[in-house]
Amino acid sequence: LYRGGLISGGVYVGRGQEAVSVACGMFLQKGDIFAPLIRDQAGRSAFGEPLVDVARTYLGSRQGPMRGRDGNIHRGKPLDGQLAMISHLGAMISVTVGALMAKRTKGEKNIVGLTTIGEGGMQTGATHEGMNIAAVEQVPLVLVATNNHYAYSTPNDREFACVDLVDRAKGYGFEGYSIDGTDLGACLDVIGSAVKRARAGRPPQLVVASILRLSGHGEHDDASYITDEIRQEPFAQDCLASAERVITERGLADAETLRQWREEAAAQVDDAVSTAQKEAAPDPNEEDWCAVSTRELVDEIE
Amino acid sequence: MSITYLEAIREAQAKVLRDDNRVFIYGQDVGGTFGGAFKATKGLAKEFPGRVLNAPISEDAMVGTAIGAALHGMRPIVEMQFADFSSVALNQILNNAGTHYWRTNVPVPITVRLPSGGTKGSGPFHSQSMESLYAHYPGLVVLTPATVEDAYTMLIEAVAIDDPVVYCEHKYLYYHLKADKLPTEGMPVGKARIAREGRDLSIVTYSAMVHEALTVAEEFAREGFEIEVVDLRSVKPLDTDTVLASVARTGRLLCVGEAFPWGGVTAEVIARVSTEGFHLLDAAPQRLNAKDTPIPYHPNLWAAHRPNAKAIAQKARKLLRE
Repeated sequence: LYRGGLISGGVYVGRGQEAVSVACGMFLQKGDIFAPLIRDQAGRSAFGEPLVDVARTYLGSRQGPMRGRDGNIHRGKPLDGQLAMISHLGAMISVTVGALMAKRTKGEKNIVGLTTIGEGGMQTGATHEGMNIAAVEQVPLVLVATNNHYAYSTPNDREFACVDLVDRAKGYGFEGYSIDGTDLGACLDVIGSAVKRARAGRPPQLVVASILRLSGHGEHDDASYITDEIRQEPFAQDCLASAERVITERGLADAETLRQWREEAAAQVDDAVSTAQKEAAPDPNEEDWCAVSTRELVDEIE
Repeated sequence: MSITYLEAIREAQAKVLRDDNRVFIYGQDVGGTFGGAFKATKGLAKEFPGRVLNAPISEDAMVGTAIGAALHGMRPIVEMQFADFSSVALNQILNNAGTHYWRTNVPVPITVRLPSGGTKGSGPFHSQSMESLYAHYPGLVVLTPATVEDAYTMLIEAVAIDDPVVYCEHKYLYYHLKADKLPTEGMPVGKARIAREGRDLSIVTYSAMVHEALTVAEEFAREGFEIEVVDLRSVKPLDTDTVLASVARTGRLLCVGEAFPWGGVTAEVIARVSTEGFHLLDAAPQRLNAKDTPIPYHPNLWAAHRPNAKAIAQKARKLLRE
């Protein structure tokens, strides 16, 4: 769709990050808060986002959650617990903290909030402020940070100078854990346990996963800056291929079942896309062009 | 009994905390026994336990936290220690709160209080007026109360509004302005007020400059000129109708603001009057702002940096001759 020019703007995928991301959405329940970022399609789907929301947002359908007003990965349904990210990294951490404080005030129990960040986003002031305030407020937060080794094209050595990002956990009053993000089992285990600990009232949890981004920053980027050396690193493995190997080796599913799953998934995606493609695009003449909800407070400029 | 502008702000917060259990106050030093750098929350932490909370020096995260809480049913009031420091939270205010309703159809009912404007000796980082900057971005309501009564009713209304409100309270007015009692109701947000009626010249202004303009109007009345003073009250939305009606009566417009000169509220008012009411004007509209430098520390420099009654009078006299 992107290459055919049917999608305006960028397309951002989570190749290499699927195992980490799916584990982020997997253990959340109704009432929990999920604030995903750019590479979290797997997590969004695991959290329960309908595929048609993805297609509608990328294609700008008026029936989508963003109604053509925002696109691609900037989608969410805040009242259902899925916050709509802005592009400024780290900004959603404190928003998740606030949502958890509200839920605590209202007496909701057994709640957890999970938000994600990359090693690039970990270097912003907003991430620093957000992590600190989470620990000050002692909210049940899990922050899953994926080090995919590049902030767009900038490698780790120009991003940060500490030995290991997980060491920062202690400085903020978080509990910190590391995982091999290419190992689906480890991701499910470690992120699942972190969610359980946060739910049980332990301090905020930081999980740092190591992977290589197996694509460009977006579909417009050929990722030519990713070196051959780094592609040989253990963290450069494809988590999907590894997961498939483990599944077949352990006899959890045979090749035929996997093929069927893939076919079913492809059919679901096709369905979602064809639904969204039939829907009307936004019409500037029908747009109310109002950025505030209180109609009598709209500033009328001729 | 008399009540100051600052006390009105405290009383408004006490009222919304009492009347609405969704309200909480978040900011530096607002809690405990301290009650805020200017004492705008004095005693509130004790009266409303757990609802007036000290925050770390993290303006971005304070506003982010307020946004998240507002999305899940709360009505947070964020106190910035000084308006100037809200620049650290610009991203959350403009890009998160300001875009949220448009993007998701879910409004963000937060109130961000900005202790604004200059006072003697406060210098470049404790004196700024940031209303123009916030008004420039879509999705925000920007209020600039100039009276004790407005400080009270507009803050109560700000908390009730479903959209993000930037409430610019003027530090100079905190102690200088007194009223006999608090009103039970006020003019609605979004409507400008004719602070003094006149027929010769309209001075359109807001916040502390309303009082400088009133001083000038009084002085000119002794010379036989009747100056009309329009207090905008809210700079966004801007009550263009009231401004145009005033200019229709007087034919002359001087717009005064304490903020920096480039762009901003005064430029906006003049642009609107020029495009929609050009035929009403008998002379070119004029404006007066602070100078285009950082705000100076020394009182001698500071007094010359911002508009005051003397500077307004000079402009007004020239405009009346044209």
